[in-house]
Amino acid sequence: MERVIVSMQDPDMGIKMRNQRLLITVIPHAMTGRDIVDWLIQKYSITEEEALHTGNFLVKYGYIYPLKEPRNLCLKQDETPYRFQVYIHTIYLARKNIRKQGELIEYEKECYNALHKRINHTWDFVVMQAREQLRASKQRRKSDRIVLECQEQAFWLINRPPVSSIEHNRKSLGRNRIKSSICLESFVKYCEQYQDHDPIMQGCLPSNPWITDDIMYWNMNAEMVPMPTKLRVERWTFSFMELLNDPLGKKELLTYLEKEFSAENLLFWQACEEVRHGEASKIFLAPGASRWVNIDSKTMEKTLQGIKHPHRFVMDDAQMHIYFLMKKDSYPRYLKSELYKNLLARAVVPQETKKSVFPFMRRQRHSSPSPALVTQTAEDNGKAQPNTGKTNTGTAAQI
Amino acid sequence: MACQGLSKGETVSSLRAESENLKAKLEEERSKLHDVELHQVAEKVEALGQFVMKTRRTLKGHGNKVLCMDWCRDKRRIVSSSQDGKVIVWDAYTTNKEHAVTMPCTWVMACAYAPSGCAIACGGLDNKCSVYPLSLDKNENLSAKKKSVAMHTNYLSSCSFTNSDMQLLTSSGDGTCALWDVESGQLLQSFHGHSADVLSLNLAPSETGNTFVSGGCDKKANVWDMRSGQNIQSFETHESDINCVRYYPSGDAFATGSDDATCRLYDLRADREVAIYSKESIIFGASSVDFSLSGRLLFAGYNDYTINVWDVLKGTRVAILFGHENRVSTVRVSPDGTAFCSGSWDNTLRRWAGYSFRFVYCCIWTL
Repeated sequence: MERVIVSMQDPDMGIKMRNQRLLITVIPHAMTGRDIVDWLIQKYSITEEEALHTGNFLVKYGYIYPLKEPRNLCLKQDETPYRFQVYIHTIYLARKNIRKQGELIEYEKECYNALHKRINHTWDFVVMQAREQLRASKQRRKSDRIVLECQEQAFWLINRPPVSSIEHNRKSLGRNRIKSSICLESFVKYCEQYQDHDPIMQGCLPSNPWITDDIMYWNMNAEMVPMPTKLRVERWTFSFMELLNDPLGKKELLTYLEKEFSAENLLFWQACEEVRHGEASKIFLAPGASRWVNIDSKTMEKTLQGIKHPHRFVMDDAQMHIYFLMKKDSYPRYLKSELYKNLLARAVVPQETKKSVFPFMRRQRHSSPSPALVTQTAEDNGKAQPNTGKTNTGTAAQI
Repeated sequence: MACQGLSKGETVSSLRAESENLKAKLEEERSKLHDVELHQVAEKVEALGQFVMKTRRTLKGHGNKVLCMDWCRDKRRIVSSSQDGKVIVWDAYTTNKEHAVTMPCTWVMACAYAPSGCAIACGGLDNKCSVYPLSLDKNENLSAKKKSVAMHTNYLSSCSFTNSDMQLLTSSGDGTCALWDVESGQLLQSFHGHSADVLSLNLAPSETGNTFVSGGCDKKANVWDMRSGQNIQSFETHESDINCVRYYPSGDAFATGSDDATCRLYDLRADREVAIYSKESIIFGASSVDFSLSGRLLFAGYNDYTINVWDVLKGTRVAILFGHENRVSTVRVSPDGTAFCSGSWDNTLRRWAGYSFRFVYCCIWTL
């Protein structure tokens, strides 16, 4: 449809605009209904009936609007003057806005406001057009209305105005980027740092459970073990996130902080995590509270404001502040502490379990082939088979 | 309001032209800081030898195509969903089926395990995402406790819990992603920006835990801010649908698998595509990708029934795995990186004591 409109507006091959008479007013840059139909017939080699049909759609969708009876949205094949519609999408949104009394979805609102800013001077006109279209549509049969609405929505879904992507691209232009050499170097470093921790690459000690059918590896690395493995404790030095992600690491950090009488920060952070993920937390922010945390006044103010109108993210600023405080201060101190160093020294390095020790125990594991039933009791697994194809436990494939 | 004045700047087609222009400018800006290629930086890194990976477990029991699977944080359980509407929870280590649910719809395209391990989420052609708490009582009918959480206007393509059991992130064929509160079913945030079906999403493993990436049929991969619903970054270099997106473990980049038979790596700080994993001999689309724990390896499942293993840094292929007899629909590395699981559209007829069964495989692979 749009393609048609564009061709119509073409200065050379399009419809010739003239001054049209409407009663005593002369309207510049308009065309008659007859002009439109004739042009369509000629351009697309179609019949008059078809041209009228297409033309009607152009008017119904609002691409062309009648100047004489603005409420009657149909094409009349006579001297009735018409004009091309501008800001079609704007009118669509305005219509929706009026109809839904201001309840557009988020991106539509943004679009609407952006467009408003851009075409400020003709805004009244746009709103008027929207109102006219709404009024006209009310007179149509309900089924027609629904169909037309769907068609229009589909049209705009597909042809969402580039305006939003224009804004997006404009914003992206101004973005801060980092040189590739720096970014890519960080991947090399990361892969290198984690290589020993990657069981598929380097294997794992004592053995990979999937290969040897021995779950010792999982037992030794369970959430809370009396003595963690060396690799695990080393991993806490990679980043603050690694330490916090490991429940054992978090516990160790808390122990350390308690010794230093600065545990509130971590406890506060933990409480924030709970708020974030749905559960209530205790407020640590009031200075007079039994424990209070160290955040700057600006963050404090913002948080207190937020608490007045609580929302899911009310603690976010404070939490982030505390997180980075700990990352910068508590974390490095912990890694240098005796507590950590002792743990690292005592940490376990598991003995490698060679698969070949129990060759007759190895068997190919297949689940019972019976299809899953809704209530299924635990079944024993499949047949025992002689072991075929031994490989060493988890060695990285070397050249 | 002259027509001439309008056609100068305001017709839809001229807006489009402006958009194209901006896109070109953006590409120009992006390439200004691109001073080196990834494989060049990786030249000093030791090469990997040929990998030989074997299937260690075969999980049979789905009656039809396996569409999706997810690992539990306990590193051994998985949930898988299939075309016939069945969702199964397995202890992959023992290969026992622990729970099974029959969904009221077919094509359960998305399933996810809750972080606590106490629930699963799934959905598909029903346009919804439902959460099922997992009961310890094996005889209890799971469907009784089902909770409908997400509602889209088209099929559910992917779902994921955020860092807790309380929030669910979904993507849909209706072109949007959405964040839901599980308890109330309330829509917390919606994400608009894709112009076609969204096929995949993945949460960023970042410190602040506030972003995720999505990929769709509009060939775009978008990075979103979960709080504001804003589209932070957008990448459009694929030549066809993006079927899968997954973050590099550091969170600074993500990989995509697409119908254009390539997988690509996009760096978020450099704001550009930095690697393409492709071979002339690979002509079928990649349906699913995932990184090994260190991020050195990229496992990708393809529609030609194979799994290709790529060296992420050097850009070369280190292994090709043949184990499936039909399309590989999903590939996921276990949480501790000890193995990866692949699900497929395999359909094998076997005779077993006079009955015939169709087996559909999830395979667990390691070295």
